[in-house]
Amino acid sequence: METTAVRGRLTWQTAAVTSVTRETASVVTLEVNPPAWPGHRAGQHLEVRLTADDGYQAEREYSIASAPGEPLAITVERLDGGEVSPYLTEELRAGDELELRGPIGGYFVWEPGDGGPLMLLAGGSGIVPLRSILRHRHRTGSDVPARLLYSARTLPDVIYHDELSRCHGGVQVAYTLTRGQPPGWASHTGRINQALLAGVAWPAEARPLAYICGPTSFVETAAAALVGLGYPPERVKTERFGATGGH
Amino acid sequence: MDAVDGNAIGGLLIDVFGAEMTAAGSTCATCGASRPVAELVVYRRGPGTVVRCRTCGSVLMVFVTRHGVTGVDLAGLASLGEPGSALSGTRDPGQGGTNKHAQ
Repeated sequence: METTAVRGRLTWQTAAVTSVTRETASVVTLEVNPPAWPGHRAGQHLEVRLTADDGYQAEREYSIASAPGEPLAITVERLDGGEVSPYLTEELRAGDELELRGPIGGYFVWEPGDGGPLMLLAGGSGIVPLRSILRHRHRTGSDVPARLLYSARTLPDVIYHDELSRCHGGVQVAYTLTRGQPPGWASHTGRINQALLAGVAWPAEARPLAYICGPTSFVETAAAALVGLGYPPERVKTERFGATGGH
Repeated sequence: MDAVDGNAIGGLLIDVFGAEMTAAGSTCATCGASRPVAELVVYRRGPGTVVRCRTCGSVLMVFVTRHGVTGVDLAGLASLGEPGSALSGTRDPGQGGTNKHAQ
């Protein structure tokens, strides 16, 4: 498909898939190379469109996993019974093509100038835009302190585990596992709540800037808990992706 | 299917308004609550997209797309993208900055 960028319009373009990386049993990261990508901001997403042989089209939004300036990548979780994610996670191979458009979103984004300290809360694959933010923070040399609390079902469900384990230099990473822990697990267990956040989150007096992404129920609970701890609502940015996915 | 939020319709809003709108402010015509579009409640089941107020639940916006044409109902909004609600997207902030009709 030939594309001509029109100011103020999003144009579908055909991107080559340059690599497929399996992150967990149900999650892959796809590196893609659209011909006319204008760049993106940390936290933004893009839309993917699949077209069936009979012309039926399905569109989905996926958070961008890479930092601005890195090769564009999305991380996709397979949803059983889904129309799009089973294809993206099981069928797609490097060298295949994918229709996409973006970047999209100007709210759930972070720039070093926005400051912090950053309080990042991820439920399941809600980690994806927060990973872009953490990478952007690192790549720009920002010294804004950051804490991440990542809620996942089990340890093997944790996406980017190796990368997150290597975080240092002002980034603290904590997990809570909701459906089972490995022997000797020393971090948190159970679903996120205000008591858990009271021990993990920056105190409100530090004027933190919070980003919460995950399934709707996770985001609602986490946002209410932070506001309950004294975070001003306007300093708590949220992104909900529905009931799908686990955390 | 659970509700999502206004972040999920960023692409649709660019199609309709020609500008990044998720960071724009919105005011509910029913209860007066103001918040960024990204924080509104969005339902995408059924034939269209329904956007509701997170405070009072009133319908603020409805979008229905058929054969590439999108019908837009903004009657539940008192304002959208009003001054002071910085459009922090990468696109022209001059667009989408006008008040929409209230009723």
